[in-house]
Amino acid sequence: MSTATTAIKPIMPAKHFLNDNYGIRSWLLTKDHKRIAILYLVSITFFFFMGGLFAALIRLELLTPQGDLFTSDTYNKLFSMHGINMVFFFLVPSIPATLGNFVLPIMLGAKDLAFPKINLLSWYIYIFAAFFSLATMVSGGVDTGWTFYTPLSSGFLHTHVALMAVGVIFAGFSSIFTGLNFIVTVHRMRAPGMTWGRLPLFVWSNYATSLIMVLATPVLAITLILLALERTFHIGVFDPRYGGDPVLFQHMFWFYSHPAVYIMILPGMGVISELITCFSRKRVFGYSFVAFSSIAIAVFGFLVWAHHMFVAGISQYSAMVFSLLSMAVAIPSAVKVFNWTATMYKGSISLDTPMLYALGFIGLFTIGGLTGIMLAALGMDVHVHDTYFVIAHFHYVMVGGMVTAYLGGLHFWWPKITGRMYPEAPAKLAAIITFIGFNLTFFPQFVLGYLGMPRRYHAYPPEFQVLNVLSSAGASVLAIGFILPAIYFLWSLKYGAIAGDNPWQATGLEWQTTSPPPTHNFHEVPVVTTRPYNYGAQQEVTVVH
Amino acid sequence: MQFKFPLFPEQASTLAGQVDAFYLFLVLVTTFFSLLIALLILFFIIKYRRRPDREAEQIHGSTLLEIIWTVIPLGITLFIFVWGAVLYYKIQNPPVNALEIYGVGKQWMWKFQHPGGQREINTLHVPTGRPVKVTLISQDVIHDFFVPAFRVKQDVLPNRYVTSWFQATKPGAYHLFCSQYCGTNHSAMIGQIIAMTPEDYQEWLASGKAEGSLSSMGEKLFQEFGCTTCHRPDSGARGPNLQGLYGRPVRLSDNRIVIADDNYIRESILHPNAKVVQGFQPIMPTFEGVVSEDGLIQITEYIKHMGTQESEPINNRSTPTQLRDNEVPQIQQELQQGGQPAPSGKKP
Amino acid sequence: MSTSDTTATGDQAALETTSSEHHPALAHQFDSMAQQQGAATFGMWVFLLTEIMMFGGLFTAYLIYRIKYYPAFVAGSTSISVSWGFTNTLVLIASSFTMAMAVWSAHTGKRKPLVGFLIATMILGAVFLGIKGKEYYDKYDECHIPGHVIGKGFNAWGGCSVQNPGLGNIAQEIVEHAKESGETIPLPSAEQTARQTEIFFSFYFLMTGLHAFHMIIGMLLMTWLLLRARRGDFGPSYYTPVELGGLYWHFVDIVWIYLFPLLYLISRHKGAA
Repeated sequence: MSTATTAIKPIMPAKHFLNDNYGIRSWLLTKDHKRIAILYLVSITFFFFMGGLFAALIRLELLTPQGDLFTSDTYNKLFSMHGINMVFFFLVPSIPATLGNFVLPIMLGAKDLAFPKINLLSWYIYIFAAFFSLATMVSGGVDTGWTFYTPLSSGFLHTHVALMAVGVIFAGFSSIFTGLNFIVTVHRMRAPGMTWGRLPLFVWSNYATSLIMVLATPVLAITLILLALERTFHIGVFDPRYGGDPVLFQHMFWFYSHPAVYIMILPGMGVISELITCFSRKRVFGYSFVAFSSIAIAVFGFLVWAHHMFVAGISQYSAMVFSLLSMAVAIPSAVKVFNWTATMYKGSISLDTPMLYALGFIGLFTIGGLTGIMLAALGMDVHVHDTYFVIAHFHYVMVGGMVTAYLGGLHFWWPKITGRMYPEAPAKLAAIITFIGFNLTFFPQFVLGYLGMPRRYHAYPPEFQVLNVLSSAGASVLAIGFILPAIYFLWSLKYGAIAGDNPWQATGLEWQTTSPPPTHNFHEVPVVTTRPYNYGAQQEVTVVH
Repeated sequence: MQFKFPLFPEQASTLAGQVDAFYLFLVLVTTFFSLLIALLILFFIIKYRRRPDREAEQIHGSTLLEIIWTVIPLGITLFIFVWGAVLYYKIQNPPVNALEIYGVGKQWMWKFQHPGGQREINTLHVPTGRPVKVTLISQDVIHDFFVPAFRVKQDVLPNRYVTSWFQATKPGAYHLFCSQYCGTNHSAMIGQIIAMTPEDYQEWLASGKAEGSLSSMGEKLFQEFGCTTCHRPDSGARGPNLQGLYGRPVRLSDNRIVIADDNYIRESILHPNAKVVQGFQPIMPTFEGVVSEDGLIQITEYIKHMGTQESEPINNRSTPTQLRDNEVPQIQQELQQGGQPAPSGKKP
Repeated sequence: MSTSDTTATGDQAALETTSSEHHPALAHQFDSMAQQQGAATFGMWVFLLTEIMMFGGLFTAYLIYRIKYYPAFVAGSTSISVSWGFTNTLVLIASSFTMAMAVWSAHTGKRKPLVGFLIATMILGAVFLGIKGKEYYDKYDECHIPGHVIGKGFNAWGGCSVQNPGLGNIAQEIVEHAKESGETIPLPSAEQTARQTEIFFSFYFLMTGLHAFHMIIGMLLMTWLLLRARRGDFGPSYYTPVELGGLYWHFVDIVWIYLFPLLYLISRHKGAA
């Protein structure tokens, strides 16, 4: 890519948001969305590696069929803390709160989000929630699983369930505030000429994500409040001993947590739309279909929650309705995949690191999505429900999809965020290692699941060992793929090549300003006159005052 | 030496083959589309790799293509839905002539009771070649009855009976897993389903020491708790006559009609005033905390067999407003048509 | 150039993009007061949407159990004081009125009435919470607090109070009510129903408690508005905070307008106090 840049050596702008102000106060009291994005980046990276550590310990235990490394209680805590940390403290905030926070206002041509103070508040709430999570871990962990199913969690476990529940509630409020901020910003803060039809697809997908955050998360909050009260005061809402219905908890939990998986994947899809177009130098194929499929996913996402409960004792007819609706949610995802592929047709494709991640995403997400259809198919789900098949499917979407997209996006916007390039060779290596390690880890789990290995098993029958060893071996490769970027990103902060304003020669307003951008994002208010991804045109954005 | 590396679990029930066929079809669809996308991408990145002498050709999109790749996946997923739903319907609904076995899950073990009164823990003997319906309930948290070789799975809930059924096809020992996370020893809540030829099964039944059949044990409890004081067939009875009650529709005091199934009987023992039969006073005391889950199963089993013990039809009932036998077919028909039957004005 | 930690009011120096209005309350990220007010109001509506979803989850759960334990919910409804509930409804409606007047005063730049109406709203809010507290205390006295952590533990079938065993005896009440309408419900059956009212009371406390919590937040908001109003921050060109406070307060009132019939009124026994 760098060959394409002009002979002028890129220079660092004299004044930008990173050197505008120094000192710990200037960070902890900042209202600049870009700095808050970095605060989030640091925090979620911490939780990512902590969740990863738990995952490593899980895979270590599962090397042998006997539960010989940890006690079963410890193992139960490990997978619970892995799930809770990864889902609520990494995946949900990952792209929206970091990359979204950083580039969404710039993409819109705004000086900041609509409510900078609320943006900072949302980070503080996240940190507050994180302390609850850490306190739970320090005081012995929690062994509910990330799903907190009642009546196990409400009346039978002796760990700090209520403490953890409160932490998750607060993490939820943090994402509500992010979502609220994004919605208002997209509606009210667009630069002149930035019509809805000209919004970058990353903005569309974050907008759809925000809708889910705002509408679904409050239900999680009330559900977990009920759970915490049930546990503390025995109010009887979910406990059958007092006349409550434990299955109602599942309905309420999944009413949030199914849409929540779209909170986790939609922003990833937005990143992919940016990457594929940029590195193919193409307009996106079928812009409005890709944009509206995000909204369709968000809307359908609310109507499919009970597909997690096909064998939980719900009526056969409601199971059929939910199965049918779950099939419907697959269609917009398929439309996206086809449009991305078609975008590459007749493009001018370069395989820079972000593109490698994007291509990996398409492949892995396709497998993740299609196995999702398998799980939504009733007769099939009965056999594979709550087995490793579900684990594999979930990780194909969440790690193969979301984490891959997140890493792709991070590489793509890293020069914009820091003003410096990451080193290309180790980055490509890491992308390839991640892809291989990921498949080695999770593909065997599909087979394991169909063979019947239930999830959350500390010890397992010996015939499952070969596949488990394969999976654990893959996990060690995957770990390298995740640690490498952490190292070279840090390295690049000091030693990376100066990136220049637009190292990828990409369209989009975020590339029109300096790298790193000034505190108020633009020196002059941009005016948008053309469609997004206007590759191949001479001048996509005219800057007037 | 044979390296043990199976890709499929054993097929040991009539459903297993059907599920596997569906699975294979789904794997085929998944592989096809994954390969399609992967190969297209591979082709594009080679053919359209960046070269100095070539620029990208801009294409807006194509509504026709969008329609095609919306409609085709929609068709495929609808087909998958229908296949899956039909299969699910089969898995969920046991045939009427099934052998009935009861199971109770608790942290962290399975207890089973055969109709003959034989009890087992973490092991369940079943005959091959005959549908077996397992009625399940949990004593504490939610468990899950999962037999991979039979491709059946059912969450086992507290406070409510659920059923799972299978017909084993070949003798052998198969895994029974609890697949709903249930606390500390979740992964130790495993057992075996031992499928035997019908002859071996009979032999096994005979060798097991049973205190008596389930229904006879239920009868004992029925006497012990004094149920017969009120539930008797004569005209002075204060409670409804239970003979032949099982499986029949019952008219309640608020004119609703419910089917007297396992869950209804269970509820009526534990919360007698929840669904009171029309014409009766809500005078029955609760037996919550008095009867164990095992006991409830036995009493239910006894009530099931009451009708068959006395071949007398039950329309000579003493009790004023239970449904008459000649009313039953009509109401069943109405229930099947989905509507609530109209309240009957006449009192027998 | 502005620093990133300038306050909203001190941000006028940050305005690189000159606009005709240079209001001290215009935050740097907005171009005009109109945009700022539009964004803030829209944001408040989105926030209220999240509140609707939160209460919605609770209402749904309430309705499901209401269907499941209908007689118990009727008995529970009958045992709470409709007259206090009705009084509270009037109090809240009055507070909505004073709040609306406060917004109007801010809009028309009347500083003294604004302060007065805000104080009136807060007083009415405090009255509401006081009455709610009295109702809670009565329930505590009658051992109608669900669970066995607070007080002597849940007991709705009598024997809770040594001095007055009839206090809060829902079972007895069911029996007597049945008698009045010519039916007979034996005591043991009524006791079963009374035991099931525990879930009703769980929802009663949860729903009114969450509502009261929102009232408290609202009162804190009012205090902040009051301080700013006294300082003279608001006028015809800038009164968004008052307007948003008003939106929030009206929302909390509307929640009560749903809670009151749902908990106190529907299916209540006729003639009960």
